[in-house]
Amino acid sequence: MNVSLPAAAFVAVLGLLGIGLYGLLVTRSLIRVIVALQILVKGAMVALLLAGRLSGQIQTGQSLALTVIVADTIVAVVALSLAVQVRRHFGTLDVQSLTTLRR
Amino acid sequence: MSYLLITAVILVCSLRAIRTGRLLISALWLAGASAAVAVLMYMLGAPEVAVIELSVGAGLVTVLFVFAINIAGDDPLPRRPAIPKPLSWVLIAGSLALLGWLTLSALRLPPPVPEASRFAEVVWERRTLDVLLQVVLIFGGVLAVLGLLHEPDRGTAKENRS
Repeated sequence: MNVSLPAAAFVAVLGLLGIGLYGLLVTRSLIRVIVALQILVKGAMVALLLAGRLSGQIQTGQSLALTVIVADTIVAVVALSLAVQVRRHFGTLDVQSLTTLRR
Repeated sequence: MSYLLITAVILVCSLRAIRTGRLLISALWLAGASAAVAVLMYMLGAPEVAVIELSVGAGLVTVLFVFAINIAGDDPLPRRPAIPKPLSWVLIAGSLALLGWLTLSALRLPPPVPEASRFAEVVWERRTLDVLLQVVLIFGGVLAVLGLLHEPDRGTAKENRS
């Protein structure tokens, strides 16, 4: 079965976005939420590059993807630090148990 | 055929990263997905970003996850999902169908005009503001992490209480 590269990349984008969204909806662990966010952002990066390839502006697509990689890495670092502190202070990573705002 | 194969590897690794029980194994599956995404980026004609994704996404972020999981622990959590799974599948299918419909209808692009610029020229000359913002983001992130992980000095805390 011959599938073109843009079609395969489009399927990858939809799949990554769907799996990342699924992870965000069903997971209870704070660190797995960060994993799901990482998967979502990978879908967005591939979408940027696919758009660059289809429009003939791949270098512009690359520069945008580079910005996304940097921002995503910083978000992962800060989020993991938050998760570590949450674990230290509340003793759990379960997002449904973190209910201090209700007290 | 190789395009389908790499897409399948990406999706399998991503799904395993979400569904696997242990966080450490999940981080390793995420690293596999990052590596496969880097290969797809190279196939799309973006070798520079592919190398950066391989080293940062599959390398640095995996090390950070392993570090954080070692500190925070890998305690098992209840398997009951936050949202009922059938509802989540309906929401995801609806979102992806809408996204696919909107994207496919917008794909009637004019014939591409080949870009004559090099990647370095685009990054350093046309998108200089992006580079400056990335530097600011990195410094901001480092300061945020230092503030979050700072442990108050016990001697100072006792003095403040008395």
